[in-house]
Order: sequence, then structure tokens, then C-alpha cells
Amino acid sequence: MLSVVIDLAFSLVGAAFALSFWRLLVGPSLPDRILALDTLYVDAVALLVLLGIHRSSTLYFEAALLIALMGFVSTIALCKYLLRGDIIE
Amino acid sequence: MIDYLLSFLILAGALFTFIGSFGLWRLQDFYSRLHAPTKATTLGVGSLLLASALFFSTRGEGLSLHEVLVTLFLFITAPVSAHLLSKAALHLRLRSLAELPEDTAGGEADSKTDQP
Amino acid sequence: MMRPGWLPHPLLTPVLAVVWLLLVNSLAPGQIVLGMLLGWLIPLFTLRFWPETARIDKPLALLRFIGVVLYDIVIANLVVARLIMGNPSRLQPVFVRVPLALKSDLAISLLANTLCLTPGTVSSQLTPQRTHLLVHALDTADPAALIATIKRRYEAPLREIFEGC
Repeated sequence: MLSVVIDLAFSLVGAAFALSFWRLLVGPSLPDRILALDTLYVDAVALLVLLGIHRSSTLYFEAALLIALMGFVSTIALCKYLLRGDIIE
Repeated sequence: MIDYLLSFLILAGALFTFIGSFGLWRLQDFYSRLHAPTKATTLGVGSLLLASALFFSTRGEGLSLHEVLVTLFLFITAPVSAHLLSKAALHLRLRSLAELPEDTAGGEADSKTDQP
Repeated sequence: MMRPGWLPHPLLTPVLAVVWLLLVNSLAPGQIVLGMLLGWLIPLFTLRFWPETARIDKPLALLRFIGVVLYDIVIANLVVARLIMGNPSRLQPVFVRVPLALKSDLAISLLANTLCLTPGTVSSQLTPQRTHLLVHALDTADPAALIATIKRRYEAPLREIFEGC
């Protein structure tokens, strides 16, 4: 049963990826694209966690943690850029 | 028994992740779209991580709790990203379905108070 | 303000130790010692970034607040999910100004973060004098009721916890 559920979850998260990616391509404004990118990062964490359960391996956690971290930092940096015009002063 | 709980958590997590991105795709102005990923996706990934912690803890290799760290990190950072994104959107005065408040272009003056 | 001592942040140290133990995912005695060592050293070396010490007046109230927020996160998610799946043209998004009674930085940022996670709102901007918080609500027919809810359910406990009144 678990493997069926995991397959279903994979396809749901995959669809989420596609929708976020569409917003990244289309998104009329810059904050829209940044938001889509942030969502893609979080979806990637979800996908990695699912992969970890699927393969019964804990190896993917460090990757998930790092992706979450990088996603946060890049979102903040891009927002700072929009707010101030530069990132590091 | 544990399998049912795991299946429920995984399905709920994937569903919420999907709904978050679906809202991002569907809603009409930026400020509304912001709600979908911040809330739904955070809870979705949170429950997926909970499922993962449960999964690895019941495989007989001892307790596995480092998923909690990722969950905690996401729950702390998601609101911060959302706040900054909506501040940036207000700064750029993006079109909104709600009535935009006046004097919101002051992102600069506001940020200055961060530094002592 | 800067209180140089051998333990500048008594709250940060155990938190960092626990985070280290979660990161290495083990409870070996060596890791516990290393975690406590890191929890002691990191606040010492980053003292310049943390001039203020966080002070919690009522730990029990904090625990209750965390419980309330976790419960509300689940409820708010179900509500937002229903709104997203429903008809998007019927939503009534609105900007609301919430007057703040909180004074300390930590309490205000915690309130802003909580508002982003819970009742269908995202905090957008803090006015420069820190008197009002601008909040965007996804679907609200009655802004005054929303403000009242925010003040009663989230701001009052935070005041009790961090400002002791």
C-alpha cells in the first residue's frame, strides 16, 4: 500500500512543480517569479523527502536541509535587491 | 497500523504541497498568490517530514529526529520570506485586488530602523 | 546592554545544543558534550550580533501559545486550501492596519511571523514608528473582527510572555 501512496504523492508533487514552473515563466512581475522560485525550492525539499522514504535511505536529508537553506537565503537576497537596489552594502 | 498513519501523512502532505502550487497558479493578484505557498506548502512539507521521521524511527535503527530540524527551519523561514516578498511588492506598488494603502513606498526608511 | 560574561545568552545555549544533536541525529555522549561546547562558544563569538538578551517571563504561557499556534496553523491551512479550491473571484482580499501594543523587537517579529502562518493573513509592513502592522488578509468580510481576533488571540499572549503584563 505504501508504495502506491508514494507513487501518488510523487505525481502530486510533480504537478506542483509544473504549476510553480509555469508561474516562474509567466509571472507578470518580479516578486511573482521570486515567489515561484521559493515554492520550487520547497517543492524540491518535498520531493527529496519522498525519495528518501521511497529508497529507505537517510542520505537525502542533508541535501534537503541545504536546499531549504539556499532557498531561504536566495529569496531574502532577491527581495533585498528589489527593496534597495543592491544586496551587500 | 503505522502504515495507515504513514500513508495518511504522505498523502496529506503531497496534497497540501500541490494545493499550494495550484493556488500560485490560479489566484489573480500577487498578494493573494502569496498566501498559497506560504501556508499550504509549509504544512505540506511539514507533514511529509513528519511522515519521514515516523518512517525511519519505526525501521528499527533507533529514533530519527533530524527531520524535525528541516521542519523547524521551514516554519521559521517561510513567514520571513513572505513578509519580505510582500514588502517588496508594496514597494513596487504591484496591482492588487484589495485597495492598496497609501504611503507604502517607504521600504527604505523602514529597513533603516533594523540597524541600531 | 552588552553584558560580557561567560554565558551571555542562557537561552541560546541549550537551543544550539539541541539543534546540534538533531543535526548529527545521535545521542552519543561525545556529541552531547560537543553540542554543549558549540552552544557555549557560538554565542560568545557572535555576541556583537545579539546585543539584547531574550527574556521569557512566563515559560508556561509560551508553551500554551505554541500549542494554540500549531492548532491554528492546521485550521488556517484547511481554510486557505478550501478558499483556493473554491471560486477565486469571490474572494475579498483586504489590507488591514493592526495597531500594536507590543514594544519589544522580539515580540513584534514573533507576532508578524505568527500572522504569516495562521489566520489567512500575511504581515506586509511595519510602520517606521512601530505603531501599526500592515496585514493582508485573503478573504475577510469584516476587518474590525479580524483585528479584534488578532489582538485577542495572538498579541495578548505575546505581551504576557515577553513584556510581563
